[in-house]
Amino acid sequence: MELSGIAAYLVSFFTFVGIYGILALGLNMQWGFTGQFNIGIAGFFAVGAYTSAILTTPESPWHLGGFGQPFLVGVLGAVIVSALVGLLIGWITARLRTDYLAIATIGIAETLRLIIANESWLTNGVRGMSGIDRPFSDFFQALGLSSAMGSLIVVAAFLAGVYFLVERARQSPWGRVLRAIRENEPATEAAGKNIGRFRLEAFVVGSAIMGLGGALYAHYFGFLSPEAFLPLYGTFLVWVMLIAGGSGNNLGALVGAVVIWTIWSGSEFVMSASLPEGYGGYAGPLRVILIGVLLQVILIARPEGLLPERAPQAIATTRRERARQQ
Amino acid sequence: MYILVELLQLSIYGIVLGSILTLGAIGVSMIFGILRFAHFAHGDLITVGAYTGLGFLMMTNAPFWFALPAGMAGAAIIAVLIDQTVYKRIRRRQPVILLISSFGIGLILRSFVQIIWGPHVFSFPGGIQRPWLVWELAIIPNHVWIFLAALIIVTLLHLFLTRTRVGKAMRAMSDNMDLALITGIPAERIIMITWLLGGALAAGAGVLLGLDSRLTPTMGWNILLPVFAAAIVGGIGRPYGAIAGGMLIGLAMEISTLFLEPSYKPAVAFLIMVAVLIARPHGIFKGAW
Amino acid sequence: MRLLEANNIHGGYGGADILHGASIRVDNDEIVVIVGANGAGKSTLMKAVFGLLHVREGEVLYQGKPITNTRPEQMVSRGIAYVPQEYNIFPSLTVQENLEMGAYALRGNIRPRLEKVFSVFPRLRERRRQEAGLMSGGERQMVAIGRALMIDPKLLMLDEPTAGLSPKLIDETFERIRGIRNLGIGVVMVEQNAKQALAIADRGYVLATGANRFEDTGANLLANREVAEMFLGG
Repeated sequence: MELSGIAAYLVSFFTFVGIYGILALGLNMQWGFTGQFNIGIAGFFAVGAYTSAILTTPESPWHLGGFGQPFLVGVLGAVIVSALVGLLIGWITARLRTDYLAIATIGIAETLRLIIANESWLTNGVRGMSGIDRPFSDFFQALGLSSAMGSLIVVAAFLAGVYFLVERARQSPWGRVLRAIRENEPATEAAGKNIGRFRLEAFVVGSAIMGLGGALYAHYFGFLSPEAFLPLYGTFLVWVMLIAGGSGNNLGALVGAVVIWTIWSGSEFVMSASLPEGYGGYAGPLRVILIGVLLQVILIARPEGLLPERAPQAIATTRRERARQQ
Repeated sequence: MYILVELLQLSIYGIVLGSILTLGAIGVSMIFGILRFAHFAHGDLITVGAYTGLGFLMMTNAPFWFALPAGMAGAAIIAVLIDQTVYKRIRRRQPVILLISSFGIGLILRSFVQIIWGPHVFSFPGGIQRPWLVWELAIIPNHVWIFLAALIIVTLLHLFLTRTRVGKAMRAMSDNMDLALITGIPAERIIMITWLLGGALAAGAGVLLGLDSRLTPTMGWNILLPVFAAAIVGGIGRPYGAIAGGMLIGLAMEISTLFLEPSYKPAVAFLIMVAVLIARPHGIFKGAW
Repeated sequence: MRLLEANNIHGGYGGADILHGASIRVDNDEIVVIVGANGAGKSTLMKAVFGLLHVREGEVLYQGKPITNTRPEQMVSRGIAYVPQEYNIFPSLTVQENLEMGAYALRGNIRPRLEKVFSVFPRLRERRRQEAGLMSGGERQMVAIGRALMIDPKLLMLDEPTAGLSPKLIDETFERIRGIRNLGIGVVMVEQNAKQALAIADRGYVLATGANRFEDTGANLLANREVAEMFLGG
């Protein structure tokens, strides 16, 4: 491969790591902090991506809008709409047990995918939406950078911002209450916390972060179709990343994104190089098996992930509170 | 008049689909009852069962109906192997860990089907059937066979659960795991039998689904949501409720095509499920097993 | 003959010990009652003996052989049956199915054993096709004890068999327990209705903070002023 080819690959690689890192941070807010089992990540990812695409593309006869708005308006819209969807779903499923929430969220994600595939007036259906611009490409061009490089910088900036915010949230009293809920719901409730409200807030924030990831994906990739939001890519990889990295740990979520994306995209190279002629079709399923087996190994051998959750301060607080009540 | 005929015709399809969903939902419900987790690989177990049946026919040139026992045996063994190698090791942790694990197992199973059978679409032998005309209704012979086969399987299962020691022990474990252990019921053996039955029932659903349409690597994943919906509407953990749940979801999905795009059928199942979860979190049918 | 002996038992639910050297012994043909204040470790002792929680120190002997920390299913096959205080039936199974489950660990013809249980609790015969979860509290207790009797136990362990029952049913239950003892089965039970329980007991133990405080015949304990003041409500 030429040097420029390697550079281009690395830019693409880290852009995807950044986008998946954002999704993993969103999931960590829901699962890692609060214990909410969302396996409909793909749905929020899709809502964010399509919202931003519809807002920013020029007017088109093939789908709703576009409204020709700037990139940042698209991102803001994506965050708001996915937060609203999260609010609606979180409100509906507030009282559900974990496994019911899991089924409900995957149902919503699949339903959204059906809507995207079927409602052509909205999304151009299976033909997909194209012509989504990369962020600030004129500006980066003026600096002598490619639009892909520009996307990477923008993604990195958003990732840093999200990381800063979720880390702050984790250390805040709010974050401690979330972990207290996860560890011991009755005790937290007895301590006078409105559990439903905290839970809903975490779900909405997590959903908004996932929507942001979707918007960034749309603007980097430039083309959207329902295929991109199959549970494999949108949901499963994110889960493996968070579990591998260490749920409850924001840095772990990022490490997981790097490691799993390296394995996932690296396996493509290895397989295309090593599979005999005519067997290329096996690469996809073999890679899925690789990641699937990896997940089982992690769950069995190292369930706490590469970077286990640190400083379980909330648990100590809860114990103390429990002791006080007795 | 026309609408009535249409409604009855769709109801026939609904009962056929409901029969298939029931077989899947009973397995999901039994596994939930005893192991307390939603088995997300169940859809792909359905797929594996269908393809195992197909593989048996390809190898032996046996008549179609042999696909049913062959697929059931194959999927039963695979289900037990999965439990013994993976689920058993993480059973003592939170049930949601099993849930995410089973999500991954489902993807692994689906990928194996893709590797072994490739992306081609298969059908069971039999070809296009001329429907029987009964009054104004067209009845496809295979639909009758699907219904009868499901009925026989469910009846046999019922006899197993109510007449045999092991079947009663399964119900006992689902009722009260701690007491079952104190009573001396061998939990591990009963769990193994639960997987055997769950796998066999999934394969039953898969073979019948394949007979009704075609075999694709995502056939089971695509009906997982309706299967869960049937199990939940019937009250998850209660296999008998799953029968009613399966029929209700099957009918609703088919009848919805009167006013919705057929591709929204899974969404209809899902919406009913959510409505039931909110209104009656324990399912709409009373009683335990 | 010495049926069960638990010596100097220490243990608890994983955290700090609840039992600090409690001991009991049960012979054939006798009813042994364990009484004591709430939190004295009565139920904990039963669970520790039956292998439901870890015995950290001390030993449990059954017919002279050590069975410390043996798993519950092996207890059952040796002839020890345990009835927990709550959740002690299979609610969706019929009465007869509940009883059949009791005999799961033992192969062979269960008919004679079923007849024996029906002779102790004739009501269960009438209601054998009834779903157990739909029965009254007293009847459920009969099902629970009946289920334990199905293994033909040599030792029956009952955790508060009369909790939540009406006075009339309490009398009846104690009467049945005497009947069970008269079949040659050793019975050890934890009881809150201490006076009545001691009245039918051959021997009794008073537990306090996880250790033995008094042990004597049931009649002597009832007559003991200190015991009466501290544990029997004057």
